[in-house]
Amino acid sequence: MRYKRVKEFLLLWIPIALWLTFVLFPYVWMFLTSLKEPSELYTSPIQYLPKKPTFAGYKLLMETTKFPQFILNSLLVVGGTLLVTGTVSTAAAYCFSRFDFRGKGKLFGMFLVTQMFPSVLLVFSLFLIMRTLGLLNTRLALIVAHSTFALPFTTWLLTGFFNSIPKSLDEAATIDGATRWQTFWYVLAPLSAPGVVAALTYVFIYSWNEFIYALTFTSSIDMRTVPVGLNTFMGEYIIRWDLLTAGGVITAIPIVIFFMLVQRRLVQGLTAGAVKG
Amino acid sequence: MLRRLNEKERFTPFLLLGPALLLMLLIVAYPLFQALRLSLFDASLLRPDRARFVGLTNYLNVLRDPLFLRSLLNSTIWVVGCVTLQFTIGMLGALLLNREFPGRGLVRGLSLIPWATSGVLVSLMWTWMLDGNYGVINDILVRLGLISQYRPWLALPISLGGVIAANVWQGAPFFAVMLLAAMQSVPQELYEAARIDGAGRFQQFRSVTIPLIMPTIVITTMLRIVWTANYMDLVFVMTGGGPGNASIILPVLSYITAYKKLKVGEATAMAVLQAILLIITLFVYLRLVNRKGEGGLSLYEV
Repeated sequence: MRYKRVKEFLLLWIPIALWLTFVLFPYVWMFLTSLKEPSELYTSPIQYLPKKPTFAGYKLLMETTKFPQFILNSLLVVGGTLLVTGTVSTAAAYCFSRFDFRGKGKLFGMFLVTQMFPSVLLVFSLFLIMRTLGLLNTRLALIVAHSTFALPFTTWLLTGFFNSIPKSLDEAATIDGATRWQTFWYVLAPLSAPGVVAALTYVFIYSWNEFIYALTFTSSIDMRTVPVGLNTFMGEYIIRWDLLTAGGVITAIPIVIFFMLVQRRLVQGLTAGAVKG
Repeated sequence: MLRRLNEKERFTPFLLLGPALLLMLLIVAYPLFQALRLSLFDASLLRPDRARFVGLTNYLNVLRDPLFLRSLLNSTIWVVGCVTLQFTIGMLGALLLNREFPGRGLVRGLSLIPWATSGVLVSLMWTWMLDGNYGVINDILVRLGLISQYRPWLALPISLGGVIAANVWQGAPFFAVMLLAAMQSVPQELYEAARIDGAGRFQQFRSVTIPLIMPTIVITTMLRIVWTANYMDLVFVMTGGGPGNASIILPVLSYITAYKKLKVGEATAMAVLQAILLIITLFVYLRLVNRKGEGGLSLYEV
């Protein structure tokens, strides 16, 4: 009995502890750093725990830099992107799932192939197009770009979810006299809610994190999103790691919260396609 | 089944798909066409309208540029290094998470956090951890006796290794979760049958798990190769391709050529070459995999 305990500890719990350390250590270290005073950051040998934890770095960041503006910009871009991608990809996925038309499979495949293009292939011509349209340095440019690039994956995810709902339900509703819209809204929508949540989480993460398009399409500091702003700060405040890590922690908060809320559904959605393959 | 597409509904599919198609045409198809065109002109980012048609000159210039070849080599190291390590660590993680223990759901959920972290934030964390004077990784390595003194990892000629480490952290847990999902879809009876036939743990893994999760391995690895080859955020933020050009990879070189040197024609030529090389790589990869006995993989099902 005791032997079994020891074996379980060595072969199960120690590997799990190692795995969690691997996964979480960078976050833990960033958080610890953000609580330290500058004098505690630059010591040799390194001091692991802050002696007097302080939120001074956060305060300084929010009060003296443009960081709040970056957060606002990011939230506006993410909100717009969620709205556009949510609507457009739901309509497209419903169409792929419930209608038959010529060239459907090819079209669906083309949607997915676009995921393979390197962003550097499109970013320069998009830059020129945005300039022609007068959209450079606006949040709208980012909403349009993010919505489009999130579209193929969300459409694919939602098509899978719609397909898993039996078509006989639609037919039953139709026989009961429901219009197509009513069928969608009262039958399909409630049943596919988990799929929509997973898709929107993906969109949120993508848009909140996106860097290259946001970097290229914005030029003034007032239009910067959080990732671009953090990148700028890394150049400017290279010796203020308390500020930088405070910014990092704030950046991670919405992702971690949002993510923990829906992780189970997101995992289902993300892995469903891969397993099916 | 729903074959009641009467006259009234004939245009409904196009109405539903319309917005998606419009976005894809305007933001993907047209720029793609434009990029192919730009790559044949000596275009500058500031005055693209004054560009001259130069045929394949951009492509020839790029192929003769030693920096392009350097980037190609680095990109190969980057993709092979990242994907191999991510796969190995991901597989170990999946095997671990496939065992029953209290709190498994939570551990699985936490494992996805690195994947959900933005490239810039990953860069920030790892730049700080790899810092030459106050980096915690130096401290740990010295304590373990692996190095005798602190090293400025991202300022050394091997800086790409530091970026690969950051990328492996970002990608391996995701790999683990994907492989785990596939493992959990393997019917338990197969393991029982294998046990009755006298197969040990390792044999079960080799003869039952691996063949059955092969489709997932192939697809996930392929998508990861594409994604890693195109992913430039980490290199761009952590080293900018430096020191010198020690860690420059293709997309970063392309970006710098367009935005620092303003040669957008040459930059797009590079991006086009990169896309072509990637397609060839995938083709070879799928051929190799299929030869090993994996037939008919479909990426999508409608």
